[in-house]
Amino acid sequence: MHEFRFESVRLPVATEVLRREVRAFIASEVAKGAFTPSRNSWTSFDPDFSRKCGERGYIGMRWPMEYGGRERSDLERYVVTEEMLASGAPVGAHWIADRQSGPQILQHGSERAKRMLLPQIAAGTCYFSIGMSEPDSGSDLAAARTRASKAEGGWRISGTKVWTSNAHRTNYLIALARTAPKEEDRHAGMTQFIVDLSHPGVSVRPIHNLYGGHDFNEVVFDESFVPDDMVLGGVGMGWTMVTSELAFERSGPDRFLSTYQLLLESIRAVGADPDARAANEIGRFVAHLATLRRMSTSVAGMLERGAQPTVEAALVKDIGTAFEREIPETFRLLIETEPTLSDGVSYAELLGMAILHAPGFTIRGGTREILRGMIARGLGLR
Amino acid sequence: MSEMRNDVLKTVDRIFDEHCAKSARESAEAGEWPAALWQALEEVGLDRAALPEEAGGSGLDFEDAMLALRRSAYRAGPVPLAETMLAGRLLMAAGLAVPHGALTVAPVRSGEQLGFAQGAAGISLSGSAQRVPWGNWCAHAVVAGELSGKAMLGLVSTAGAVRGVEKNLAGEPRTLLEFEAAPLLACAALEDAPARLQAEGALLRSVQMAGALERTLEYSLQYANERIQFGRPIAKFQAIQHMLAQLAGQVAAASAATDAAVEASLLAPETFAVAVAKSRTGEAAGKGAEIAHQVHGAMGYTREHNLHYCTRRLWSWRDEFGNETYWQMRLGQMIATGGADALWPLLTRI
Repeated sequence: MHEFRFESVRLPVATEVLRREVRAFIASEVAKGAFTPSRNSWTSFDPDFSRKCGERGYIGMRWPMEYGGRERSDLERYVVTEEMLASGAPVGAHWIADRQSGPQILQHGSERAKRMLLPQIAAGTCYFSIGMSEPDSGSDLAAARTRASKAEGGWRISGTKVWTSNAHRTNYLIALARTAPKEEDRHAGMTQFIVDLSHPGVSVRPIHNLYGGHDFNEVVFDESFVPDDMVLGGVGMGWTMVTSELAFERSGPDRFLSTYQLLLESIRAVGADPDARAANEIGRFVAHLATLRRMSTSVAGMLERGAQPTVEAALVKDIGTAFEREIPETFRLLIETEPTLSDGVSYAELLGMAILHAPGFTIRGGTREILRGMIARGLGLR
Repeated sequence: MSEMRNDVLKTVDRIFDEHCAKSARESAEAGEWPAALWQALEEVGLDRAALPEEAGGSGLDFEDAMLALRRSAYRAGPVPLAETMLAGRLLMAAGLAVPHGALTVAPVRSGEQLGFAQGAAGISLSGSAQRVPWGNWCAHAVVAGELSGKAMLGLVSTAGAVRGVEKNLAGEPRTLLEFEAAPLLACAALEDAPARLQAEGALLRSVQMAGALERTLEYSLQYANERIQFGRPIAKFQAIQHMLAQLAGQVAAASAATDAAVEASLLAPETFAVAVAKSRTGEAAGKGAEIAHQVHGAMGYTREHNLHYCTRRLWSWRDEFGNETYWQMRLGQMIATGGADALWPLLTRI
């Protein structure tokens, strides 16, 4: 059996200096009116804000200086991301590139890919999307049908990706494609490619979500050419890379802070002298939040030590997303209000947004059911 | 894991292997004092493990002492180890000597008060305390109260004070103590002594629940892998796998919350972290026990299987030293008073 161990992490003093610095930066941006603490931090796309983050060294923080990074630690990056999310800063443009595409390129990319892309990502001017899911391949990622065939000096990719967040406004997408026919080992023969979304062989069509927003897209590749040096890692390495990438994707504070702004507004609405029921519910959420944060920082510490906390990350996401979903369900009963669509900035609208976005929390980045399967495997049950 | 921590676990396991067979647990529940087990714990100094060496401790740091306590709860040991550690920590904080033997604390029920009175012969204690853990087997109780508006900690003999013995759901004795001008054997001022007693108790119960939950998960995994139905181990069914994944989540959260509280409370209980730990482990106890029993089916409902030694403790401990509602309300009031803008700085301690 896998032994779960959320070891203690003491944040080094340097991270606290950095934390104060980030808070001061965000406060000054809010004061300048650059943004109003949004309600959807890591899905709010704001290139101006991303550029400012890049200037201050808040993107690609862990990467080597020669690629535009700042050579800081995973824990320092953790502190920056949690401060951004807790304050509702619009980090959506650079989020995916900073969280997973950049680290993948740094680890597995060609020298040309690293030199060309990483400095731009770190500057907050180059954005990425994730190309894993397909119309017939969601949770069952190994069923992906997008295929890449060898061509002179590169590969030609054909197929369709879906639920591709922000592909209509990002620059690149990392696509998982089949480079060898599916054999007995269905995880073999998959490869990751860095695809330039401005390429003529790529078309992007919107998929609106139930809230009416446009984050998702369908991306169709029609014989799109990708040069050899934009293959990520070795040919056939795609599956291994995707699964390790997900440990980064799953354990961060973005997996439990999605409705944090609603929690804050609810605390404001309840006031300084809450009744017993409200005090009890607020206290319960705070106990859960403090615990989740502890677990999540612990995973950041494990990543920093080079461990592969895949199961721990799945646990954080499973518990964290359930927590995010509970917040609107609880406060709608405590604070009498009818949730509403877009009336500006009211509590009723914030509640409405949380309710309408909530179904996505336990689906994006691996459904709750897939995560529980992974945890069960970690427990030695599969 | 450090070598010291490994040694602690090995020592606790050895003692429980030797002295805590099923028969020993059953006779303790029937009302016998588990003398051999307690003596073995005393011989290696685990009763004093939470004390610094200069106060008669065994040289373990507080985190290692809590690891020992957690393991004793994992082994469902029917002994007042938490109470003795707790009483010792309080006496030490007040600068008082720690007497030999098993110790308990009073009052443990919120709202209860014991009266301290200054007389010609010294300070005496009056009043009653309900559900005092192990009061019938501990020669001394550490008591917290007030004297002329000042928080005090005292040590009192339980001889003649035991008026009745109830049991918690795990069959551990919970006694009614009544004092009538009983002389305090020692007494000193200790800031917020009653609140401190309660918070230390909540911290130690959290540690115990984390240990019992860990065992509950192990029993459940073992049972699911061994029990064959429809021609295969029930662990192979997705419904069971998902239940066990959720149980693992509860166990992990309880552990994380407890570890954080222990680290924050090396010298004295830190209220915020303790409130988080007791609320979160209390919730995990109920949810975890429910899943574990469902996985075990009818077998787990029998006296024969060992699961109930853990789950009956979980169902008892979650209600002692403040249940989830008590600590959540304290947290909620703390947050509401500070205001929404103070929440994040509180969570990140800066």
